Amino acid sequence: MSKFIMPNLQKEAIENLLNKEGKRLDGRNADEYRELFVEDGISKNSASAIRVRFGKTEVLAGVHLALATPYPDSPDQGTFMTSAEMHPMASQQFDIGRPGINAIELARVIDRGIRESGFIDMKKLCIKEGEKVYQVFVDIVAINDDGNLLDVAGLAAIIALGKARMPIYNEKEDKIDGYSETERIPLEKDVLSYSMTLHKVGDKIVADVSKEEEEISKFRLTIAMGDNAGKPRITAMQKGKAGTINTEDMETILKLAESKWTEMFPKVKEHVFG
Amino acid sequence: MAKNIYTKRDDGRKMTEVRPMTAKVGIVPSADGSASFETGKTKAIAVVRGPRTLHPQHMQNAKTGILRVNYGMMPFSVEDRIRPGPNRRSEEISKVTEWALNSVVDLTGFPNTVVDVFIQIPQADAGTRVAGINAAAMALAHAGLPMKQMVSAIGVGKIDQTLVVDLDKFEDSEFHDGEGSTDIPIVLTSRTKEIALLQLDGKISVDEFKEVIEMGKVACDDILKVQMEALKNGGKDE
Repeated sequence: MSKFIMPNLQKEAIENLLNKEGKRLDGRNADEYRELFVEDGISKNSASAIRVRFGKTEVLAGVHLALATPYPDSPDQGTFMTSAEMHPMASQQFDIGRPGINAIELARVIDRGIRESGFIDMKKLCIKEGEKVYQVFVDIVAINDDGNLLDVAGLAAIIALGKARMPIYNEKEDKIDGYSETERIPLEKDVLSYSMTLHKVGDKIVADVSKEEEEISKFRLTIAMGDNAGKPRITAMQKGKAGTINTEDMETILKLAESKWTEMFPKVKEHVFG
Repeated sequence: MAKNIYTKRDDGRKMTEVRPMTAKVGIVPSADGSASFETGKTKAIAVVRGPRTLHPQHMQNAKTGILRVNYGMMPFSVEDRIRPGPNRRSEEISKVTEWALNSVVDLTGFPNTVVDVFIQIPQADAGTRVAGINAAAMALAHAGLPMKQMVSAIGVGKIDQTLVVDLDKFEDSEFHDGEGSTDIPIVLTSRTKEIALLQLDGKISVDEFKEVIEMGKVACDDILKVQMEALKNGGKDE
């Protein structure tokens, strides 16, 4: 992986503008997200495949279902796997080959969020207990990295699941014959959660970072929140990078996450289930 | 709201009580620094090797030494054998551990070098990453490397509606009733009590989360005492 080169002058410009005016190089406020764009129908051959963009950061995500043997400790449940590819087309820093630590972390954070929340109703994905279940694959491919891939990929994963169609099971030949036009995979709609990654850049807590801001940030904290009777409830967290979080920053982060969640969650829900 | 069903812990511990801890440094004679840290049945060992010249050369940093962490569970550490070698889980834990330790270790005095930290888990009963970090922080100090502060790590959790520290395997992964189990590994710096690592999976309100951090601070102070005591005793036998 080649290193991202960041001139000191640009670093200072970003930090000064934030510290003094609370603004970012692209004119956004510290807590402002880039415009969200979602497109469905990227591939007809899968259960779903979508495109999600925040500004210029773009990922494709698709869902596939396959026949599989259940795990011995959950014989009546389907299985689930998320993988992420930081494809070299997306950035100068990504290389061909085995997923690096960034792709692994991203896939695991998203995988845990979906798995632990019980968003997919795994029991309804059982065909024959102990013998045959559906395995759900979520595959995320980064197309262009202009910062905040974590949030874009996380959102793409839940939207792709929301739109995923049930496979048509051919019992005689024991295979899948394409996907249903109408039936979607079973989801627990109530536990949907949405994740936001906040970075510390300069002295400020910044949402939806650009590539440059991401590069110079001291730490990041990803917070996923779900709906608990109209109020946000934390469902997952992951801190990244070597910087430490003091009490004051934590307060700011929690407040910001709560207000952003309240603003964004209805839109997210609309994209996932709409 | 449903009644809270988790009111008593199987091993009789208080909700805020850390399992019995033992810590020791100098367990690997050939290493530059080494330590073991045990809490209940969870055992971690950590070995520090370096600063040593980093190869390949293009990975060197002329301004500072770099810290490289490798975490792994031993094949016999859990009931189902773990295939040796890295997997997605161990690679992620290695990375978050590296971040946490990097926040206190200062390697600017050792340009172009690497300090390798190897963490291995011989026996697991939940909380292996935090036990590993407790051991690794001691091993780094034992190696005599410059550190701005110590770090201590603890798993805090919410079992049904009860907040607890230092989850065991049952609490961490076998409790599914009521609101289930929420696991929150935290690493705090010793002096300023800043958060160096934070992960969370489960369901928890913002107010409860704030309480979790406070409980983490208290537990980390207990752990810090054990770490410092072991460091003072050096590699001596009891």
